[in-house]
Amino acid sequence: MRRQGLFVILMTFAGLVFLYAPIVTMMVLSFNSSRLVTVWGGFSLHWYRELLNNEALLDGAWLSIEIAALSATAAVVLGTLAGFVLSRFGAFRGKVAMAGMVSAPLVMPEVITGLSLLLLFVAMEELIGWPAGRGITTLVLSHATFCMAYVAIVVQSRLAQMDGVLEEAALDLGARPWRAFLDVTLPMLAPALISGWLLAFTLSFDDLVISSFVSGPGSSTLPMLIFSKVRLGVSPDVNALATIMITIVAACVFLYAWRASTRLGRRKSGAAGTQPSGA
Amino acid sequence: MTANAHLEQPARAAPGTPRNGSPQQFGRQAVTAVPMLWLLVFFALPFVFVMKISLAEADIAVPPYTALLTWVDNKILSIHIDLSKYLFLFEDSLYLAAYLGSLKIAAVSTIFCLFIAFPIALFIARQKPETRIFWLALVMLPFWTSMLLRVYAWIGILQSNGIINSVLLELGLIHEPLALLQTDFAVYLGIIYSYLPFMVLPLYATLEKLDETLIEASADLGARPTTSFLTVTLPLALPGVVAGCVMVFVPAVGEFVIPALMGGPDTLMIGRVLWDEFFSNRDWPMASAVAIVMLIVLVVPVMLLRSRGRHSLGHG
Repeated sequence: MRRQGLFVILMTFAGLVFLYAPIVTMMVLSFNSSRLVTVWGGFSLHWYRELLNNEALLDGAWLSIEIAALSATAAVVLGTLAGFVLSRFGAFRGKVAMAGMVSAPLVMPEVITGLSLLLLFVAMEELIGWPAGRGITTLVLSHATFCMAYVAIVVQSRLAQMDGVLEEAALDLGARPWRAFLDVTLPMLAPALISGWLLAFTLSFDDLVISSFVSGPGSSTLPMLIFSKVRLGVSPDVNALATIMITIVAACVFLYAWRASTRLGRRKSGAAGTQPSGA
Repeated sequence: MTANAHLEQPARAAPGTPRNGSPQQFGRQAVTAVPMLWLLVFFALPFVFVMKISLAEADIAVPPYTALLTWVDNKILSIHIDLSKYLFLFEDSLYLAAYLGSLKIAAVSTIFCLFIAFPIALFIARQKPETRIFWLALVMLPFWTSMLLRVYAWIGILQSNGIINSVLLELGLIHEPLALLQTDFAVYLGIIYSYLPFMVLPLYATLEKLDETLIEASADLGARPTTSFLTVTLPLALPGVVAGCVMVFVPAVGEFVIPALMGGPDTLMIGRVLWDEFFSNRDWPMASAVAIVMLIVLVVPVMLLRSRGRHSLGHG
């Protein structure tokens, strides 16, 4: 660890205040019994009760969970294959194109992705009659596509840390490639697959723009419902919803960070001296 | 160890590279084909349809555009290509203003993000490895939560009867509420706020691998901290700077949610124009033409540039 300059420390704390002030404000306001942002009417769980009685919002939340789970699962399968192929198969025809297509969704403006997928689904329905109409199917296909990019990146970075010696050993001992993948590569990839799935789940669950293009009547996801509510102005039950969602995410993220940190500490104390500093 | 530059790992021969025509070779091709076909169908192919529909005319029909190819009397194949959408894009100053406005807002926001994110990334990279991950989690947590809700959080703060205005009124610094929301200022703020984690992560990934002895060496040789930052740290962090700027700039140009919720009626951004053409005017060909021009002018060049500075989102 290096000594930190005063400027760096001040800027970091200012940055963190900037990141968290709005979130904390929203969380505090979710317990405000007054509808007004500026009047503290006393502590109350009123908006949470309101939220639990809002059938439309709960249906939307359930639909979003369903879509996110399906999309994340598909994205993990596809993203793992893509990541594995790109980092373990050496050179092959179309590798550059595939690498480009895997990473492009990370920066592609969402309005373009949404529009292009919708036009694809409309054309497919005309040509082959599938997917019929727009709804859960089109939402899952779209979300799986942009989420697989993130999973592929996570998997690739994990594979880059593993040097492949164990896989080679398995192959030398006569395992078929498929067995070596299932018995050796996949267990070592497991942490990356879990974080990839969670990342894909949250990205799908939070998506508004792409979903708005490819969803149909009766398949309004939670972000779409929130957006139409928020467009009409501040509504305190959205504060309550945001507080619940952020608390869940924060718990998961810090649990993960804590586990990763203790693992790192253990490895370091177990192999003192062999671990290059800063690795 | 970070996940940077993994895409550019030297191509390693897979263990026991199989012969042509062997069952292993077949297996490899099958494993490659699945993600490849998926990406071709759901990522590449859609752009063909965007291109096609941008050349059609809007029509009151389902779907709302005309066919490019039609059979006349079942004998002659007639082709209707309509370039008027593209001409209109250049004639109507609204579109040009929206493209330029988006580029400006995205560029300024990217620079602000870079200045705010750099000290944070440097701070985290200089922590002990065990504590780094907590700081990183703290910065990345907003990235894992809904951007829509984070933008919404600002509305309560900025609106005319929001927190900032009431505090200023209470203190007597102003006598009537400032217009903070629905201004360009709010859009800048929203974009910088929402995209900051995307800048911190690639910067951190390069700074973490930076060899600190080089900075010590420059200090030993008499460089002031500012000099060694400018001549050692910054050039070495350049791949992260490029990756971070692309991660912020490109999506910000096409941003829709932030200008829609925080911008005013005269905040022109191209993502919002595309959305309105599609959802309000139901002019699918016009929306497609807007998308094609955005792709050609912006996304493709930046992505080509980006292939030098890879980044990763695998941390956090």
